[in-house]
Amino acid sequence: MSEIKAVFKRVLGDFVLDVSVSLPGRGVTAIFGPSGSGKTTLLRHIAGLERAPGGYLAVNGDVWQDQAAGVFKPVHCRSLGYVFQAANLFAHLNVQGNLDYGLRRIPESQRKVSLVQAIELLGIDKLLHRQPATLSGGERQRVAIARALATSPHLLLMDEPLAALDVQRKAEVLPYLERLHAELDIPVLYVSHAPDEVARLADHLVLLGAGRVIASGPTRELMTRLDLPLAHGDAAASIIDAVVTQTEPEYHLSHAEFAGGQVSVLNPHLQIGQRLRIRVQARDVSLTLERQQGTSVLNIFAATVTSIAADSPGQVMVALNVGKNAGGATLLARITQKSCDALELQPGSAVFAQVKGVAVLG
Amino acid sequence: MDNAGLQAIWLTLKLASITTLILLLLGTPLAWWLATTRSWLKGPVSAVVALPLVLPPVVIGFYLLVLMGPNGPVGHLTQSLGLGLLPFTFAGLVVGSIFYSLPFVVQPLANAFEALGRAPLEAAATLRASPLDTFCTVVLPLSKPAYITAAVMGFAHTVGEFGIVLMLGGNIPGQTRTLSVQIYDHVEALEYAQAHWLAGGLMVFAFAVLLGLHWLQPKKAT
Repeated sequence: MSEIKAVFKRVLGDFVLDVSVSLPGRGVTAIFGPSGSGKTTLLRHIAGLERAPGGYLAVNGDVWQDQAAGVFKPVHCRSLGYVFQAANLFAHLNVQGNLDYGLRRIPESQRKVSLVQAIELLGIDKLLHRQPATLSGGERQRVAIARALATSPHLLLMDEPLAALDVQRKAEVLPYLERLHAELDIPVLYVSHAPDEVARLADHLVLLGAGRVIASGPTRELMTRLDLPLAHGDAAASIIDAVVTQTEPEYHLSHAEFAGGQVSVLNPHLQIGQRLRIRVQARDVSLTLERQQGTSVLNIFAATVTSIAADSPGQVMVALNVGKNAGGATLLARITQKSCDALELQPGSAVFAQVKGVAVLG
Repeated sequence: MDNAGLQAIWLTLKLASITTLILLLLGTPLAWWLATTRSWLKGPVSAVVALPLVLPPVVIGFYLLVLMGPNGPVGHLTQSLGLGLLPFTFAGLVVGSIFYSLPFVVQPLANAFEALGRAPLEAAATLRASPLDTFCTVVLPLSKPAYITAAVMGFAHTVGEFGIVLMLGGNIPGQTRTLSVQIYDHVEALEYAQAHWLAGGLMVFAFAVLLGLHWLQPKKAT
């Protein structure tokens, strides 16, 4: 069964972890929430680093904890990889030694990810003889990820692997995480409090708040649900999946089909047929009642308002369905309260969404 | 140097080596327990371990003598095991020295284990290493400086002990007459020249040990 089922209830001081959730057994699932919401605590319970009395955990049919039946597999007996917030490399071993550490403890018959593959995937072939202390934060984290992968885990747990890195280092590691997602068939639970990471990496999303699951579902759905915090504020965005159908090399443009029509992106390196994950930030979307003529904006979609909710003071978030039928793509637009009133927007209003900028996430 | 001096040096080195070896073996699990336990016993146990730091050795020697003597509980035990009595034997000295030098071995180890924290242990567990495996392949290598300190301090401290030896060992040549006792004998007999040889030797030894320790310790990362 392709499913991760976790039930944990535990009181830790004044914090209560109370989680009962079923997650897809493949792809990347982000565990998202503000700090103190219990993300890391949940991950540590899944790893077995913490033990909740009465807990239950099964990973793709493999029972790791079933307190009612007296089952609790110790951490070292679980086929998992764990990437800690601070890379946690062994200081007495060089990079090669760190990579070998887990690999040596896996019987050869269970090795699905080769060391060569892990090294290549994370781009660390030039670091093998270095000591951890001489590595940059980003390099350390890449080594830690490769070290976890080299054990061919059935589940990869990542605890904010980018949190300790500055923006530049983050940008250095993120593409490797995306490759991992694309090239390996290992389910990943990814703890994060950064919406942009979630948007880029996650297929599925679990929203945590004060130790409880607020919502769990496909990322693009949860990101645009106006009753959830993710769809508000500066970082609010929607994700659309598209396939490249046409390129205009002389303009460095590519055109891609998605559920709501056709979208143009400024990127000369895309191939026809390539699948794209495109992020549209709510603050980059403006609304008009008639299709604007003589505008520099390339992406204009006919859309229907599905819901409106208050955002920061003076602003509202508008959820739109783009496309002719109800099954189109969802976009978010953040506009002022005044514009909303002036356009007399309400659920069902027909509008045109002008998108100033789109970002290809890979 | 006379024969008695050489004999005392040899005996002292033997005593210190055996004591250090046993202390490292016994001290490792004890230090690990002290570093990781959440039991209320941690306080009392670490106080007992630290006792020799503050008690005069003569007091420790006296109580060990009483405990291991013919009427003490340890004495009863060793006699019923057919080992005879420990006071005034080399084995008795080893037992006394182990207790006397315990804090010098256990404390650096416990501090190192504590400083290590849970992070490397957890990393090892997620890489499929069992707790014992983790201890051997992660904790031991990472605690190497502490082991060097513990061994050197335990050894040097045992070499220099006097009060316990005198109370517990008496003054039997080749059996319990260690360096410091030999020096004491020389001084009592006003043989200052011989006393100088041994005492000066000990001074040089102690200085060399501390200097060596300084050089052996990894420099703090800047």
